[in-house]
Amino acid sequence: MIDELEKAMYIALKDLQEYYMKPGSISWGILFPFVFALAFMFRHGGLTTWLVPGMISLALFFGATSMSGMSIVFERRIGSFERLLLFPASYIGIALGKSLSSFFLGLVSAVPIFLLAYFILHVIPAHAILLVLAIILASFASSSFGVLLSFIIKEPEQVMVILNLVRFPMMFLSDVIIPVSLMPHYLLSIVLIQPLTYMTEAIRYASIGSCDIVSPLAAYVVSFLIGLAFLLLAAYAIKRSRT
Amino acid sequence: MDEYAIRVEGLKKTYPSGTIAVKGISFCVKKGEIFGFLGPNGAGKTTTVRMLVGLAEITSGKVEICKYDVSKNRKHVQRLIGVVPDISNLYSELTCYQNLLFSAKMYGVKGSIARKNAEEILSFFGLERYRDMKFKALSKGLKRRLTIAAALVHNPRVLFLDEPTSGLDIISRRLLWDELIELNKRGITIFLTTHNIYEAFNISHRVAVINKGKIVVVGTPQELGRKFSVKEVIEIGFYPYNPEPRDLLRSIKGALDVRRSNGYLELIIDNEVDALEGVVSYAKHKGLGISLLRLKEADAEEVFLKIIGERIDR
Repeated sequence: MIDELEKAMYIALKDLQEYYMKPGSISWGILFPFVFALAFMFRHGGLTTWLVPGMISLALFFGATSMSGMSIVFERRIGSFERLLLFPASYIGIALGKSLSSFFLGLVSAVPIFLLAYFILHVIPAHAILLVLAIILASFASSSFGVLLSFIIKEPEQVMVILNLVRFPMMFLSDVIIPVSLMPHYLLSIVLIQPLTYMTEAIRYASIGSCDIVSPLAAYVVSFLIGLAFLLLAAYAIKRSRT
Repeated sequence: MDEYAIRVEGLKKTYPSGTIAVKGISFCVKKGEIFGFLGPNGAGKTTTVRMLVGLAEITSGKVEICKYDVSKNRKHVQRLIGVVPDISNLYSELTCYQNLLFSAKMYGVKGSIARKNAEEILSFFGLERYRDMKFKALSKGLKRRLTIAAALVHNPRVLFLDEPTSGLDIISRRLLWDELIELNKRGITIFLTTHNIYEAFNISHRVAVINKGKIVVVGTPQELGRKFSVKEVIEIGFYPYNPEPRDLLRSIKGALDVRRSNGYLELIIDNEVDALEGVVSYAKHKGLGISLLRLKEADAEEVFLKIIGERIDR
């Protein structure tokens, strides 16, 4: 177990060295969420208290998925990914390693929003420790989701196209920037099946002390289960990638 | 003690599309041997190696490496082997040393031993001065050598190489062959997959030839050369003129054919002593001088084509 965690950490550190400066990771993982948050700030004369959790969640989500997209699809294209399958490591260990590097970039992506909201706009979190937990869970779920999604993408040029094809609808249908109360009632069921909804709700509860559509417990538990499920599915996808 | 490093029994691979890439092959590789696995493109070489190293599912049959069943003990087997794929696929932003260290750690080699192994293997391949250079900045030959180094950093017992010298210039290729022979002398069993017959015949102790998913023959390069020897060729130049090929063919005992080639004549023979004597007698009888008389060695490619039962019309 310790051995597998160590190997996962080696993979994560290697990926961070290899990919953190790639244009795709920077533009879509860090710049986009930050610029998006700034745009909302200017539009409304400041980030509203309600919008801050959504912006953090969005930054985590875009940062984590962009990194895994870059690392996995690119490595599969040039044949480097197969190196990992030659090491005496479990498939879940490899999936965890790939998720961890994305996890870290997710955290880095959220930092500018966090600083903007809590130090410049003076938005004080309602539950600081729960906020840390929520951010960890959201980044974990996002990175595992990114790893899994990366296995259906074949070419590096398609990475951002396909990722955005999935991410943008999620962004609008997950209570991130548009409150559910403003949506038609029939969209509620779609909102409830979006993983991003639960991550955002967990961060929202820790930030402002209340959730919009699910209970706080459900938000945290489902975020964790989603991350775990995506990780297991990603490990299965890695196993299946052996021809 | 088991004398075999690799045992393969009835190994078969069928892809989901129904294509049968490997058709129930069996062979053994002795410990300490360089075993050449030779075949044309699409013969099933790479598919076989991928199954041996745990990169591809085995449809049926059994593979044992150092007595461990690959299907049942994948992780254990992977600790005992090093694999060099047909492409140099290390990580481009990492330096040579970082790449080796990463591989060592992933193989479970810890701390100071990992660092020592990485330094030693850099030294073995003469890569010390590239230690802190990024992989992407290396030349093709250096990338290849570092990729092989990365497969050795955990001191494996068996090294699998898939087309190790493909795309390298002749100097890099010879250098790499020497390094592989040296590694073998240090006790590493080498499984060398190649479509290059010269490579297989030059450095292997034994060679298996695979074609269309089946092992055609296994033997030492000498055995294969004898068993599938092609007719030899004598290259001859006469002066002041070359005679008519038909006349030469009629006059030389053991001559099978004569053809013109670059101002000389090529005599296809089945007995070199009779033929050489015949050429000298013929020249004397016709009052001709001999400007060139050379026995050409059997062409390894011809041997290969003969083994796999195919021919190329030149």
